[in-house]
Amino acid sequence: MRKTLLEGLTHGPLTEPAPAPDEAALKELAESVERAARARLGRSLSIRQVDAGSCNGCELEIHALANAFYDLERFGLRFVASPRHADVLMITGPVTKNMREALLRTYNATPDPKWVVAIGACAADGGIFAGSYAVEGGVKDVVPVDLHIRGCPPSPTDMLKGLLALLEQTSRKA
Amino acid sequence: MIPPRTHVTEEGWRQATERLATGELTLLGLWADGADVSMAHLDEKTADIGVLTYTCEDGRYPSVGARHPPAIRLERAIASLFGLRADGAPDARPWLDLGFWDVAQPLGKRAPAQAPAPYEFLPAGGECLHQIAVGPVHAGIIEPGHFRFTANGEHVVRLEQRLGYVHKGIEGLMQGASLDRAAKLAGRTSGDSTVAYAFAFAQAAEIALQVEVPAHAVFLRALMAELERIANHFGDIGAICNDATFTLMHAQCGILRERVLRVTHACFGHRLMMDVIVPGGVARDIAPEGAAVLRTLVAEVRKVFPALIELYDSTASLQDRTVTTGVVKPDYARQFGAGGYVGRASGRAFDARRALRYAPYDLLKFDVPVLDAGDVNARVWIRIREVEQSLALIEQILDRLPAGEIIAPLRAKAGEGLALVEAFRGDVLVWLRLDESGRVARCHLRDASWFQWPLLEAAIEGNIVADFPLCNKSFNCSYSGHDA
Ligand code: SF4
Repeated sequence: MRKTLLEGLTHGPLTEPAPAPDEAALKELAESVERAARARLGRSLSIRQVDAGSCNGCELEIHALANAFYDLERFGLRFVASPRHADVLMITGPVTKNMREALLRTYNATPDPKWVVAIGACAADGGIFAGSYAVEGGVKDVVPVDLHIRGCPPSPTDMLKGLLALLEQTSRKA
Repeated sequence: MIPPRTHVTEEGWRQATERLATGELTLLGLWADGADVSMAHLDEKTADIGVLTYTCEDGRYPSVGARHPPAIRLERAIASLFGLRADGAPDARPWLDLGFWDVAQPLGKRAPAQAPAPYEFLPAGGECLHQIAVGPVHAGIIEPGHFRFTANGEHVVRLEQRLGYVHKGIEGLMQGASLDRAAKLAGRTSGDSTVAYAFAFAQAAEIALQVEVPAHAVFLRALMAELERIANHFGDIGAICNDATFTLMHAQCGILRERVLRVTHACFGHRLMMDVIVPGGVARDIAPEGAAVLRTLVAEVRKVFPALIELYDSTASLQDRTVTTGVVKPDYARQFGAGGYVGRASGRAFDARRALRYAPYDLLKFDVPVLDAGDVNARVWIRIREVEQSLALIEQILDRLPAGEIIAPLRAKAGEGLALVEAFRGDVLVWLRLDESGRVARCHLRDASWFQWPLLEAAIEGNIVADFPLCNKSFNCSYSGHDA
């Protein structure tokens, strides 16, 4: 174990430079965040992830955000276990009928101010699953959404760009 | 070769059920299509697969689950989705239908949904028992499902799962879909196994349409399947260690997984390789520099991975958590036909690549690692050994990758096909029926998780509640694959 630890210390970091915040995301956010009651959060956001019906592909890439290459935590962004500790809900999947209620309750359990980020093509409008008897639709059909990060699944870099844009907006003075 | 379906009488259906109950045959799947119910079974000695169909009278068929418990949830799902009832079934509660849909039996004779009856969890008897309800929304970045624990102090007396939260109605969306769209849907049944699902769906379609896939494409399919396997195994090994609070392994395995995904992106243009396998072949060829990038990856993994295995093996605090935790008895693994590392860590040697020898695995050399301990540790070791086998397979594929076309033309016609493909977590079954226009009349997708989830309930018994996340991770069943 010591060897592995030492190697970690002597080799250069794998973590890559931060991507620029996504322009389109900044634009989408400019509208939603302006009207939000702006509490000072500093440059730090706690994220609660909710799978509202995804195929689990989006989750794989969300997991990747924590690996050494993307290292989400260096930006002050971290995943928390409870919606009560969260500033941001990161929601994946088409919202299934079976998850609608659980999603609403999770949303209501998250204190204000809060932001909702819809991750993936499915979360945008139900994606390929739209129209099913078992699917309610996109996330915006159930709770208000501040930012969409599209892709099937979106790459970790795309998610990082979107989240950095969110960070920029939330930490900007009103 | 899998023979076409046989239509049986009630007597034939009962006989097959008996052979499942005595362990002579293993249940591979049970599904409905209109008024028909079909079962696929496997003779593990000869690797022969049989498919039987019974046409229900008055929407009823003789219960398989009454004699063979692995069929119980499948029968409950058939009742909820199609409205066909298993006569004599031991459990009449709905499955997948949690009472939120507007329609009842959405794939059968549709009816407006009724207000759902309260869902009764199975009882547990004894003194000083308490219940813990967990989910559907869990604490981590994980799919939703409900777990109902009955515990005595810290010890789990009974766990019962209630699943279906991520049911998207994929089989419903498939009906009437074009082959293209259906292949995309199949590849989104469980995102972590998108290659395996696309592979199985394509095979089923090719059997139905009697198409020969170009050899080049066949080899590329296996290449992607092995890359998907190692990416997931790295993710799992790291995540299991993380749940045993050994984060160093998690970080290191996360790096390996990311390296694989970057290579898959470079080779096939998508990190998870979604929509690359299509009926007839593959949608795009491997990038020109692909082989070189892959060889570098294999060399790199071979350099780093042994040190991580050593680290896993020599860390006593980690072993303390994984050894003897969450044991699956070999008898259960056999009875349930548990696939993947769950089965192979508990003495069941089945691997669809080996048993069915579907192309190109008939031309490739590999071992199927098997252990008997059945604990979390054994499930980790199976994954470790499989990574090594997959690396060797990737090299063999690169060495003998034949030149040629990537896709064969398809001609629309009616037909049926069944395929079984080894995903990283176990065998995926796809049964497909096409109509004359080549559209999907009915498609059934059965994830390996169907026969693994129930074993998790058994494995956790007598363990402490705090070890549940560790056991759960060592199974890593798919919620989406199961709920579909
Ligand atoms: S966007 Fe794609 S990866 Fe994400 S849940 Fe939907 S189908 Fe799966």
